[in-house]
Amino acid sequence: MSSIKSRRRHPAAGYAAVAGGLVVFGVLYSTLSGGNASAAAPAGNQTQIAQGKSLFVESCASCHGLDAQGTANIAPSLVGAGAAAVYFQMSTGRMPAKELSAENDRKPTTFTNAQIYAIAAYVASLGGGPAIPAPSQVSTVGANTALGEELFSTNCAQCHGFAGAGGALTYGKTAPSLNASTPTQIYTAMLTGPEAMPVFGDGTVTPAEKRDIIAYIIDTRNEANPGGFSLGRTGTTTEGLLGWLGGLGFLVLIAMWLTAKRRDRVQTEAKDQS
Amino acid sequence: MSEFPEEEELSSHPRPRVIGTPSTAPKAVDVPTAPPPPAFSADPPDVVHGRRAERLVAALFILAFLAGCGFIAAYVGLEIGIATIPKGANAVVAALRSNLALGSSLAVALLALGTGSMIWVRHLTPNIEIEEERHDLPSEPADRRAFQREFAEGAAISQVTRRPLLRRTMLLATLPLAVAPLVLLRDLGPLPQTDLRHTVWRKGLRAVTLGGLNPLTPADISTPGSMITVIPEGYQDDEDALAKAGVILIKFAPGEMSWPDRYDGGTLVATMNWTIDNIVAYSKICTHLGCPVALYEQTTHHILCPCHQSTFDASNGAWVIFGPAPRPLPQLPLMLDSAGYLAAASDFTQPVGPSFWERG
Repeated sequence: MSSIKSRRRHPAAGYAAVAGGLVVFGVLYSTLSGGNASAAAPAGNQTQIAQGKSLFVESCASCHGLDAQGTANIAPSLVGAGAAAVYFQMSTGRMPAKELSAENDRKPTTFTNAQIYAIAAYVASLGGGPAIPAPSQVSTVGANTALGEELFSTNCAQCHGFAGAGGALTYGKTAPSLNASTPTQIYTAMLTGPEAMPVFGDGTVTPAEKRDIIAYIIDTRNEANPGGFSLGRTGTTTEGLLGWLGGLGFLVLIAMWLTAKRRDRVQTEAKDQS
Repeated sequence: MSEFPEEEELSSHPRPRVIGTPSTAPKAVDVPTAPPPPAFSADPPDVVHGRRAERLVAALFILAFLAGCGFIAAYVGLEIGIATIPKGANAVVAALRSNLALGSSLAVALLALGTGSMIWVRHLTPNIEIEEERHDLPSEPADRRAFQREFAEGAAISQVTRRPLLRRTMLLATLPLAVAPLVLLRDLGPLPQTDLRHTVWRKGLRAVTLGGLNPLTPADISTPGSMITVIPEGYQDDEDALAKAGVILIKFAPGEMSWPDRYDGGTLVATMNWTIDNIVAYSKICTHLGCPVALYEQTTHHILCPCHQSTFDASNGAWVIFGPAPRPLPQLPLMLDSAGYLAAASDFTQPVGPSFWERG
């Protein structure tokens, strides 16, 4: 302790304390980019369904049950969930889940696209639910990005943020960032309403409007940041945080330098000579 | 002249201190302090250190000069206009480049100038502490006496004290001019009348999606957990109407909804009859400060306001379960029109949005 006490009086101690505080409160950003699975839809047939069923029994049945009927308080029934839900949950790595939770984060999937389509075909064969859209259905060629922006602001931005960077929900839940989502994943998410997300079926948001929304998300993702740094594109919160902690901290350091007691060399030199 | 005590009185009788007047207690500057250490000579004796500091300051000033030249060059050289940027270039990227160059060159110039000046002061000028004394705030008693004498003389010459009629009519003449600024407040706009209590929703007015403007049948919102923002048909360009008329439709599974008692003006209303096929319509305007609330979680049925985290339970009449909102979101009665589309059965039965003075 005595060494700390003596160093506390060191001329650089004040700067070190402020700089240390800045580091502690500093904001760290990490951008995770996920690989995009190509969406080639194999035809659903009996062999595929059989293959899907055996994969399901291996990887999913421990929670969802051998006949996908679900387990009370653990996993929902998948009867009627549809192929689109399976595609979204598995291609984003959310399923199979690491643990029982209301929310699963995006992670790299361990299944091939063909395996996911097989399991999706099996679940779809149990009855009902939306199908996985064909590549032409999620193409943004000729889509109306401006209408997509309006629809995104109206229906998506309150949770996912205006630039699709994600945001906070109630009781610690979060809406994920859309930066790594493929068009098919965005489309199937709207169709099926995974986790807390509401369903935006084809009746309320038409297939053409879904393509417009996808076009807006992709366009915004590729947009330059006119202000300089993106700061995660989460809006005023990070900008304010950086402004207050970074900007103000810098100004505090400058003020400390301006007003620091000058160590007068003249005096010390005079003492040394005497 | 009795208000102004003579100098002797001031010093001999400590009078009660009036707020705003200087204390009669001796001031810090009056108290003799220990004599300051002798000032150093104006020449810094450390020649090597001085020369090094001088070179550093000169380098910073040259940097400031170069950065200033760079600012002018960036202003002249970097095009941002859509007509003037090179063909095929992105206007946003061009503006970004220009902003970055202008901002950073100006920042470097000013920072180098300031840093150089500070190093000059801290390392080259001698360390002499200088004290500047302030004079007392009140004027000298002689000046104050003279002012009072002149004021009294002026009052007597102008006869303002002797002619009350003139004095009062003059004050009367200035009165309307003083009130005039208050009258201008009227230009803030007409009173809202009953606008705050009503929206454009009326019986039979169809709900269409915001953006696509599609009318909806109950079959279009068939999946439980669906949610969509709708507006009154034909009002998509009426910002005044849209500011109050935004509505979210939420579809529930049978049996998910419960119905707390909702009173309007003392009468219990049967809000369960306001839904069609388990589709319920709530105002999208938060009852706290009017932010749009559409952050709906289909698992918990919470509607969250992103501004101040007011949370409404959509499955229970949009009752407030958290946050500063004072009352539930108003519910819009729904009906099906003759073509089978979802429409309003009436206007909202209570004012939407934040509280106001006369709302009660």
